[in-house]
Amino acid sequence: MSGGSYYVPDQSRFPIFMAVSLFLLVMGASSTINNLDDPTSNSVYILYSGFACLFLTMFFWFRQVINEHLAGLDSNQLKQSYVYGMAWFIFSEVMFFAAFFGALFYVRTLAVPWLAGEGSKGAAITAIELWPAFESSWPVMTTPDQGNEYDLADKSMAWPGWSKALLWLPLWNTIVLLSSSWTVHLAHLGLKKGNRKKFNVYLGVTVLLALIFVGLQALEYYEAYAHYGLKLNSGIYGSTFFMLTGFHGFHVMMGGFMLAIMLARSVFAGHFEQHDHFGFEAASWYWHFVDVVWLMLFIFVYIL
Amino acid sequence: MSAVIENHHDDHDHGPAKGITRWLYTTNHKDIGTLYLWFSFAMFLIGGAMAMIIRAELFQPGMQIVEPEFYNQMITLHGLIMIFGGVMPAFVGLANWLVPMMIGAPDMALPRMNNLSFWILPFAFFILLSSLFMEGGAPNFGWTFYAPLSTTYAPPSVTFFIFSVHIMGASSIMGAINVVVTIMNMRAPGVTLMKMPLFVWSWLITAYLLIAVMPVLAGAVTMMLMDIHFGTSFFNAAGGGDPVLFQHIFWFFGHPEVYIMILPAFGIVSHIIETFSRKQLFGYSSMVWAMLSIAILSFVVWAHHMFTVGLPLAAEIFFMWATMLIAVPTGVKVFNWVATMFRGSLTFETPMLFAVAFVVLFTIGGLSGLMLAIVPADFQYHDTYFVVAHFHYVLVPGAIFSIMAAVYYWIPKWSGNMYDERLGKLHFWLSFIGVNVTFFPQHFIGLAGMPRRYPDYALIFADWNMVSSIGAFLFGFSQLLFLFIVIKTVMGGKKATDQVWEGAKGLEWTVASPAPYHTFSTPPKVD
Repeated sequence: MSGGSYYVPDQSRFPIFMAVSLFLLVMGASSTINNLDDPTSNSVYILYSGFACLFLTMFFWFRQVINEHLAGLDSNQLKQSYVYGMAWFIFSEVMFFAAFFGALFYVRTLAVPWLAGEGSKGAAITAIELWPAFESSWPVMTTPDQGNEYDLADKSMAWPGWSKALLWLPLWNTIVLLSSSWTVHLAHLGLKKGNRKKFNVYLGVTVLLALIFVGLQALEYYEAYAHYGLKLNSGIYGSTFFMLTGFHGFHVMMGGFMLAIMLARSVFAGHFEQHDHFGFEAASWYWHFVDVVWLMLFIFVYIL
Repeated sequence: MSAVIENHHDDHDHGPAKGITRWLYTTNHKDIGTLYLWFSFAMFLIGGAMAMIIRAELFQPGMQIVEPEFYNQMITLHGLIMIFGGVMPAFVGLANWLVPMMIGAPDMALPRMNNLSFWILPFAFFILLSSLFMEGGAPNFGWTFYAPLSTTYAPPSVTFFIFSVHIMGASSIMGAINVVVTIMNMRAPGVTLMKMPLFVWSWLITAYLLIAVMPVLAGAVTMMLMDIHFGTSFFNAAGGGDPVLFQHIFWFFGHPEVYIMILPAFGIVSHIIETFSRKQLFGYSSMVWAMLSIAILSFVVWAHHMFTVGLPLAAEIFFMWATMLIAVPTGVKVFNWVATMFRGSLTFETPMLFAVAFVVLFTIGGLSGLMLAIVPADFQYHDTYFVVAHFHYVLVPGAIFSIMAAVYYWIPKWSGNMYDERLGKLHFWLSFIGVNVTFFPQHFIGLAGMPRRYPDYALIFADWNMVSSIGAFLFGFSQLLFLFIVIKTVMGGKKATDQVWEGAKGLEWTVASPAPYHTFSTPPKVD
């Protein structure tokens, strides 16, 4: 690579392996889900093999990218491409959550009041007299069909009032996640000053906080199912609650996993330089994104 | 560790690898573009075969050839395959081939991901097509998969459909990110934003739309999956949800999606009309602003697909006016194309014929769209063949004609050979006549009240349906001629010059024909 010329990449077998892994993954997932009632079905093994192939491919793919980078093969232009690529990927994730938030806003402000007969459209619906007893409220604790098809919840996850605020898990989750965003920023500052110890410590704290968050979230789900009777099939409130927090929790796990990898790379392999650490930066962007989504969840799912 | 890198480093200037692994492992934008284009051609023929079945069944009233259930599977798969397998991959293939050459880049910005976004597609469509052989048959709820048809009443194969849409979406998002990053980051010095060729501009905007709406589609199918298998009630009113919510989410994706399928066409047609008018394109910057306006407006018009679901009056009025507003930037574009041709030294080679036909026929499709945008009129037109005629006019002589025009226009650059002009013109006239005979009568039967998506119809619609079917067979079979022309050109023919077309401007015409495997190893000079 002489100066000023372009870097032309070589062939790679990782992409096709990844495509095959995804194929196994979705075939396995589809047939597993279609055969949930059939205990003799073996389709889940296709799903597992898909996951295994996916992780293996990603491991070797990322390893090669890292090695190329360490060998100095990346031009500044390519580094910039990774930066843009990550930014747009996060934008696509934002839009994925937007779909679920949109669904939440729509049912809260329009669909549920209409079902209870509000507005000109609602009057038309109740004129059918399908569910005359249904009353509009959020959280929807009694479904329009009065729980004929659904498990009704006894309690919701909404704000319990100041007297019980400290016992309210979502508040602790918020504190944990906001602090983790702060610690990952401190780690970044440490790295930028060339202070590896500070970087490792704060990144370690961040990963720990991520684990705590996931633990608290699991506890909250347990509470919801065991004590509140709130389930995925508790009508629209359960649907929006578990899908929004569930996808967020899944993204926390992915982000935490990325940060843990970055920590391992720094501790065990001494990766990342003062002015050259986009791998970490990308993971930290992702982490801040996950944090912002949580803030939206906290406001629109829990508080309001 | 350096051993890992070693064999990777010293083979820069070689040509393509030999054998099948060239295509499986390739990171070359031209190889991947070729793969995309052939894949989309294959899907175009499969989806076209389904259209032939549909038109054969509709040739006469009464049930002749297929069961109603199978008919529903055909209309569903025809739509899905043509949109996600035909038009979109064709445009991505064109972007792969052309964007790096037009902006003076060595390749796409993220070449390995580029390979991945292509190779997901054959698997995704294998899954989708395999659902034809599953118990209960393929998806039968129309390409718009409205709940509750696609949730409560769907065949079991809907799960496979959902996951295949998921990976198609992943492929599109990765492809779009690649295009955006390439355009933002890989332009040769001197290629400023407002000097970019319009095809590049159109794809920058398209890619933005893709990244914004494909995740929303993923959200929609995820909610379906949860409703079907895990007891949520997003689209079930008994649990407090709303089936209409599905339509809102779907069309929030769906309306930008239709512009995803037409914006690159705008770019292509602008290039071709400029070349064969031997003039500078009229109103370059207004073309860019028009595309940007169309893209932004596409996010606030989705409910015009849903005027009959019982929206509040204020919503109907808003979406009606917002939709009609789109006619303004679109009108700007049509005006500019016509103004470019005005007093130009026009010649009508095959690409130009397709491009001019595009301008005329796309405008017809646009005008019927304007009629559909008017709420009280839409109450009459909704879900009739008028809608079918409208969107086929913008998609077939719109999107697909532009793709064919692009193939004729750039294939000398890709293959190094000129196509057979006589056969190309024959293909154009057969397609042009076929498409109009097929879809123009559908306006009449739609206005007369024939509903879409039924395998049978009242006797009064018989004549025009027969005409439409004859046109469809003509159009369908003339595409085999297209296949023949493309293969013939790739195999050999008159050698093309580097410039190819007398009036062609742009970086891609400065390199050899066929374009070398690696176009630019150093940034070209652009002023």
